[in-house]
Amino acid sequence: MCACVAAPFAVTTTSVPRTGSLPVLPETTTEAAALRTRKSVKIKAPFCYFLGKSKEAEIKRINKELANIRSKFKGDKALDGYSKKKYVCKLLFIFLLGHDIDFGHMEAVNLLSSNRYTEKQIGYLFISVLVNSNSELIRLINNAIKNDLASRNPTFMGLALHCVASVGSREMAEAFAGEIPRVLVAGDTMDSVKQSAALCLLRLYRTSSDLVPMGDWTSRVVHLLNDQHLGVVTAATSLITTLAQKNPEEFKTSVSLAVSRLSRIVTSASTDLQDYTYYFVPAPWLSVKLLRLLQCYPPPEDPAVRGRLTECLETILNKAQEPPKSKKVQHSNAKNAVLFEAISLIIHHDSEPNLLVRACNQLGQFLQHRETNLRYLALESMCTLASSEFSHEAVKTHIETVINALKTERDVSVRQRAVDLLYAMCDRSNAPQIVAEMLSYLETADYSIREEIVLKVAILAEKYAVDYTWYVDTILNLIRIAGDYVSEEVWYRVIQIVVNRDDVQGYAAKTVFEALQAPACHENLVKVGGYILGEFGNLIAGDPRSSPLIQFNLLHSKFHLCSVPTRALLLSTYIKFVNLFPEVKPTIQDVLRSDSQLRNADVELQQRAVEYLRLSTVASTDILATVLEEMPPFPERESSILAKLKKKKGPSTVTDLEDAKRERSVDVNGGPEPAPASTSAMSTPSPSADLLGLGAAPPAPAGPPPSSGSGGLLVDVFSDSASAVAPLAPGSEDNFARFVCKNNGVLFENQLLQIGLKSEFRQNLGRMFIFYGNKTSTQFLNFTPTLICSDDLQPHLNLQTKPVDPTVEGGAQVQQVVNIECVSDFTEAPVLSIQFRYGGTFQNVSVQLPITLNKFFQPTEMASQDFFQRWKQLSNPQQEVQNIFKAKHPMDTEVTKAKIIGFGSALLEEVDPNPANFVGAGIIHTKTTQIGCLLRLEPNLQAQMYRLTLRTSKEAVSQRLCELLSAQF
Amino acid sequence: MQFMLLFSRQGKLRLQKWYVPLSDKEKKKITRELVQTVLARKPKMCSFLEWRDLKIVYKRYASLYFCCAIEDQDNELITLEIIHRYVELLDKYFGSVCELDIIFNFEKAYFILDEFLLGGEVQETSKKNVLKAIEQADLLQESQNEEWGGLSEDVL
Repeated sequence: MCACVAAPFAVTTTSVPRTGSLPVLPETTTEAAALRTRKSVKIKAPFCYFLGKSKEAEIKRINKELANIRSKFKGDKALDGYSKKKYVCKLLFIFLLGHDIDFGHMEAVNLLSSNRYTEKQIGYLFISVLVNSNSELIRLINNAIKNDLASRNPTFMGLALHCVASVGSREMAEAFAGEIPRVLVAGDTMDSVKQSAALCLLRLYRTSSDLVPMGDWTSRVVHLLNDQHLGVVTAATSLITTLAQKNPEEFKTSVSLAVSRLSRIVTSASTDLQDYTYYFVPAPWLSVKLLRLLQCYPPPEDPAVRGRLTECLETILNKAQEPPKSKKVQHSNAKNAVLFEAISLIIHHDSEPNLLVRACNQLGQFLQHRETNLRYLALESMCTLASSEFSHEAVKTHIETVINALKTERDVSVRQRAVDLLYAMCDRSNAPQIVAEMLSYLETADYSIREEIVLKVAILAEKYAVDYTWYVDTILNLIRIAGDYVSEEVWYRVIQIVVNRDDVQGYAAKTVFEALQAPACHENLVKVGGYILGEFGNLIAGDPRSSPLIQFNLLHSKFHLCSVPTRALLLSTYIKFVNLFPEVKPTIQDVLRSDSQLRNADVELQQRAVEYLRLSTVASTDILATVLEEMPPFPERESSILAKLKKKKGPSTVTDLEDAKRERSVDVNGGPEPAPASTSAMSTPSPSADLLGLGAAPPAPAGPPPSSGSGGLLVDVFSDSASAVAPLAPGSEDNFARFVCKNNGVLFENQLLQIGLKSEFRQNLGRMFIFYGNKTSTQFLNFTPTLICSDDLQPHLNLQTKPVDPTVEGGAQVQQVVNIECVSDFTEAPVLSIQFRYGGTFQNVSVQLPITLNKFFQPTEMASQDFFQRWKQLSNPQQEVQNIFKAKHPMDTEVTKAKIIGFGSALLEEVDPNPANFVGAGIIHTKTTQIGCLLRLEPNLQAQMYRLTLRTSKEAVSQRLCELLSAQF
Repeated sequence: MQFMLLFSRQGKLRLQKWYVPLSDKEKKKITRELVQTVLARKPKMCSFLEWRDLKIVYKRYASLYFCCAIEDQDNELITLEIIHRYVELLDKYFGSVCELDIIFNFEKAYFILDEFLLGGEVQETSKKNVLKAIEQADLLQESQNEEWGGLSEDVL
């Protein structure tokens, strides 16, 4: 081991040939030589002693050393600075060997106040490496830093700044965020200190941006872009970029300065910048940073600046084409780093078709470059180019190369990029080819990326399906090739599409029937097959080769190999068969009646068997036909597969591409026709409920336990969703009122369940997080929350949500997100109905969800004169609603103010001539219209009464707002 | 940049620098996972990989891996050259640097890194300027050691 770790990097390195690659700086060689001799003194025997020994020997040696150091620190004799430094340094060394260090912090802090540079330096190093940002010692450390910052000794200041930049805790931000900008812009600060100060401030801004005050210094920082010292410019550019991302207005002037700086760099000869030229590339780090800074802004408005920037970008593209000035990989890396950053800027601006296409061509050359790194980056960069309308076509010309990469690249991370790019460049013209290639790649793809490829294929197949038989074939192929990686979302989706499109139903039934003939087929295929035959098996029943009995036997032959949820689904298929094909009823009844069903150990299966058997016996043909009617079309919503992919890949990457592409392909393919709004609940809580449930009712187990075995009751349960909804929970009205003026809190709580809410609204949109907490130590099963909008409410309010996991572990909390869109003004509130099984019993909870009209308020500030002018304009008797009522709560001015603001309107001061009155104004945003609202609240303290007046352009809005707000006082 | 790790082919961590606040437990977990992932890669593979929501840029020099974690928007190639510039700085300072130099003179490795990178961003790209700063510090140390009668020994 000793020999190996002692080998110089340069000797065995793969890509850096020995010293030859490292440029020699003649003027420092002598010092370097001196340093080398000193170094050789430093390596002493004890190290090699345990480096070569076993792990046990090392631990033994270290424990001995730790004990020794501990005793020195605790000893009666005060240690001198030198020994302290020595032991602190030893501790650091031991830490870096991978052992935990839990003492010595205080000694390190003591070293900070030493006047000796080396002691101070080791103290700071220990703090930087080992002190957590939340350490209790921070106050002492801050004190020492403060002294060093004030010392005006640049070396000490540098150490202190490095330490702040390394620890970067909030306490440090509190202590120094005000001071460091002063150091940064002071005229007499040395360059090296300026550099440290800039990056130190950057670090503090990243951890606690609220503590860094903007001020006069900001404009002076921007001018550091003009500094003579390129090191200062480099450090300052990083700082400005970070600040500009959050405060674009204040740093706007940096754009023209950055452009002119960049222009000077890219046009300079390679020797102009001396030590800032790296392998013949002038200031590559600074160039990249400047290009990054420019990506915080849109293309410059000033034509001169814009022209200059375009010139710069063209120069960079041109230089990339020039023959290399050196064969070193460092030269090409540095040059291409600048090129890629320039391309990012070109894509960000997305406004110069000429540059975009040039960028694409240059990346195209890299696709076949011998450097793996360049191929990887070219694929990655092209993904974003594919989303620009100007370069989409140019990207598409590389399809063959990309497909080839998929087949031949040896590195999975490169293949992954190729898959991403194929996905990004896919449109209607090349979808069949791309989907086919992805499917064939899937057979040999790495396990780590299979699921993602499955999702991508499923999305592309749906999106670009001209003919839905192709879509059905593709998905069945997916299940065949990679059944284990086909997530629920994928097979839910194929069923949703088949149900919604009647032109494909017969084909789907025929195809799944054929696929099911295979002796071994994936369980996912059984699910899809079971569901589709249950709905549309009648479409192929005319063919004697797929008669009802054959269909049934085929499905049932798979039954015993399947898991419980699939078997449950198949039982539903069977009962649907009873309706579709009366001739197989006795066969199916026999199956349901068998002990393996009726006495199945699984409650779910047993219950289904009992209920379905009973249903098939007692219900008349008409009732059966009604109960087991074909599924109504599913409401259109965002593809759940897309949502899953977004979750997998992180929202940013997928959304942008998707949105951009959707805009482009709006007329190309709208997906399945929108479904008529025939279901009573706008939003279905989970696709599995959709698929397994009957009609719009919650799944069968949501009904009462099977002991209430009357046929009539069962029919009730199945045919009418309303009866499954519990009456509103007692007390929920109170909680509801509390949410009118606030967005977060506990909506409902009983002994089992707690429901918390967190919501945010913006204009006519909102998002609500519902948290379901299981307060018990037992699981909740079949946990199904349903959002119900009454028929009156439904046209006015759109709610969308994703399914939640049907099992909620004891003590666990699950979260559901509801996306809200206010279409037009509304009065009622939606109801949240929750069913679940706890122990042996079913629980039903229903509460009103506090989504009220005032949530879509945007406050409007206005002067007194404006207010009264508008007030007079709304003097029509229908526009005004007034309510006089008794105070229910103590009449406290501050509380009232907070409530009006919480209600959503602006609170206008000094508008009403009577200062005791409150006046507010705002706009209700709905999708269809915006409604201006004015309100006035006049308290009468003596009578403990209020008079509330609302004036809006719409009577119903005035009425509803008055109602809501009156209840708050 | 979120952090930089130096580790040996045997998976031994040699230097760590974190530019984001993380608990010790998280740091250990990240290190373990990442060392494993990088060591499992073959020599000719590309130097970049996606890992959690970060991009990892790494390069091997002799027995030592240099590994940086950068964010989505950051430039991979320039990060690769950050690594190389750091190696150059070490090489220049130590003269044909080897893993042992970094083990025994870890404090120097840290000081050089701090002069070059601060808060995860490049502070000074000029090799001359970085080395000048370090050499000045060494001179300070030298003169102080003389006052102490040359007591300077090795760390352990």
